[in-house]
Formats: sequence, structure tokens, C-alpha cells
Amino acid sequence: MAVGKEIRTQIKSIKNTQKITSAMEMVAASKMRRAQEYMSATRPYASKIRNVIGHLAHAHPEYKHSFMIEREVKRVGFIIISSDRGLCGGLNSNEFRATVPKMAELDKQGIEIDLCTIGKKSTQFFKRLKGNLRAETSDLGDRPRLEDIIGVVKVMLDAYENGEIDQLFVVYNEFVNTMTQSPQIEQLLPIAAAELEEEITHHWDYIYEPDSKTVLDGLMMRYIESLVYQGVVENIACEMAARMVAMKSATDNAGELIDGLELVYNKARQAAITQEISEIVSGAAAV
Amino acid sequence: MAMTTHVDIVSAEEEIFSGTAEMVFAPAEMGEVGIAPRHTQMITRLKAGEIRLQNGNEEQTFFVSGGILEVQPHVVTVLADTAIRAHDLDEAEAIKAKEKAEQALQDKTSDMEYARAQSELIEAAAQLRLIEKLRKAKK
Repeated sequence: MAVGKEIRTQIKSIKNTQKITSAMEMVAASKMRRAQEYMSATRPYASKIRNVIGHLAHAHPEYKHSFMIEREVKRVGFIIISSDRGLCGGLNSNEFRATVPKMAELDKQGIEIDLCTIGKKSTQFFKRLKGNLRAETSDLGDRPRLEDIIGVVKVMLDAYENGEIDQLFVVYNEFVNTMTQSPQIEQLLPIAAAELEEEITHHWDYIYEPDSKTVLDGLMMRYIESLVYQGVVENIACEMAARMVAMKSATDNAGELIDGLELVYNKARQAAITQEISEIVSGAAAV
Repeated sequence: MAMTTHVDIVSAEEEIFSGTAEMVFAPAEMGEVGIAPRHTQMITRLKAGEIRLQNGNEEQTFFVSGGILEVQPHVVTVLADTAIRAHDLDEAEAIKAKEKAEQALQDKTSDMEYARAQSELIEAAAQLRLIEKLRKAKK
């Protein structure tokens, strides 16, 4: 029977799409779980370093690392972390929508902006806006390595040390829960002294090898890197969660479409049968 | 039971080890150090090498490519680098990142056009709202 051939093809093609979206949903769900594990695995490092730096800063008030000195702000840097791939709902555009007003505000105050992007989506976006891109990296995959971001972070840290930028922010999506991801803009540099305050009950100090300055320098750099790395890992968890939700709703929508089309198809089929019967009956009556 | 000290080995990517040991050997920059329980507070940089944890006759080893060792009387923390770090290598990474940015920005940079960015974003938001509305109307 040739009835509704187009409709049947359409239903079939929607079913194929639905298969893809539901497969993507499941893949994203399992990747999200893994990303969440990585997320919690990266936490102890940063908190340990923060403790040590806090202690060092306390024990050596006379030596202030350049990362801790506040300067007049003429130019700021942004490290913007986004996903490499799309199909993850409004994740990236929500992030950019939170970032751009902040940049516009700085721009109004006559403060210039340097950018560093991690992930293809932010590179594309800020390239289109003709932002001053200093460094970029992408294709980090699902399990990024620290090496992947050393370069971009170093570019920004060097710029800070050379006085080219006076503040450094990192922008990423915070993983609240599977349904909610909220864009965050956090200040990396200068490190707020209050953030490092810790309760010191009695005074003591480390033995330093080779000396306190070199140790502190190494720590500071690693601290900032680990913060950015955490942002990257958290953003991946967000990407997977957002993709999972987006694909779930796509699958549901495809189901609705299929239901609607099937109804139309069945109606057409029934109409054709009815017509055929009435033709046969009226043909028989004529004989 | 012999006295032990708590040892944490963490890297930026993951927690590598957490447990106790009677003696910790680490490749400090100025020569290998052995840390017994109740060692005084010390902080030092590590070079690439092995960290050995001794428990009686048993010995566990971990390879680190560098990092920082922090010693407290009852806690030893190793902040391990996963990557081989050297000034030149870091520099090379930085140059690579810069080059990628330049590649991405083939066309000349000018001031960022915030007005355009905002209008684009508003457009996207409006589209999302419309979709949302359509979906509600359907239900």
C-alpha cells in the first residue's frame, strides 16, 4: 500500500535521529560521572598548596610575592574556559553572556582587556568579537592533563609579572548539580591576602631548601595552574551534564514528533481503507 | 608498633597515595632526604626521582617528576608534578599557546565590539525564550 510513504520516511528519519540523541545522552551521562570523580580528585592538591602558601605568607610578612601585590588596574586578563564541542544546551552562551557585560563595564572605565581561551567555542566566539587573544589552547579531550594548560597559564602569568596586565580572572562553569551549571568569574591575581589567612596559634617556621623565595615562587605558579586546571575539569563535568540534559530533551521531543506523525499516518491509512471499501461496495451495488 | 607518620602524595590531577609510613625518602633538590616521624617542619623542592615509603621490611615506591615536599611533625605532603617541568619546556609551551592564538586571529585585532557581542547574545536569549514558549504552548 502506497499510503503516506513520505510520512513513513519522515518517521524513520526522526527515529534515527532519536537513536543518536539517546545514545549521546547515555554517553554524556557516563562521562559526567567520571568527570565528577576527576573533579573531586583535583581538590586536595589546591587546598594543600593554599595551606602552605598561607603559612609562608604569614611567616614571612617581609617578602611579598608579586602575585600578592595589588596594583592600579589599567589592563586585565581573562582566562576563559569553554567546551570544544557544541550540542550542550546553553552552557557556553550562558557563560559568555555573563562575561561580556563584565568586560563591557571594564571597557567603559577605560580598562583594556587581554584574553586567553581554553576550548574551541570560546576561541571562536572571542575571535569573532575581535578580542585581543594572547593565548589559546583546545582539544583537551575528556581527561585533560596539566601539561595542556601550562602554556596558556604561563603566558598570562608572565604578562602579569611584566606589568602588562594588573588583574587576572578565570571564567568557567561551576557544577552545581546535573540540572544547574552557573558561570563563574573568579579573580586569580592578585591573590587576595584574606583568602590565605589562617589561624596561627604559635609561631613556627619551616626549614627551607634551598630558600624561601624559590620555594614560594614554585608554589605560587603551581597554585594558579591548579586553580585553572580545576576550572577546566569542572567545566568538563558541566559540559557533560548540560549535554546529557539537552540530549534528553531532544530525545523526548523526537518522541513527541513521532507520536504526532504516527497519528497523521494512521488517519491517512484509515481514510484510504475506508475509501477503498466504499469504492468496492458502490461498484458491487452498480453491478 | 613502630612510630609512623602520615603521608599524602597528591598531584594536580589526582590523589596518588594517602597512608602511613615509618620512613619516607624523597629526592630533594639538594640531595635525597629521609624523613622519620616527628621530623621538624621543612619545605623543599623535589627533583625527578623516586619517593620510597618504608613500613618494616616492605617498601613502596612512587615516581615523581618533580614537585614540592612539605614536612610537618606527623604529616608529610608531597605535591607532585605530573609533567616534567623545566624553564625551557614551560617556555616552549607558552610559545605554542601564543602561536595558536595568533593563528586563530589571522585578521587584525581591533577593539572588541561589545555592542555587537551583546546584541548577538540578546538574540540568542530571545531564541531560547521563543523555543521555551513554543514548547509550553505545545503541552
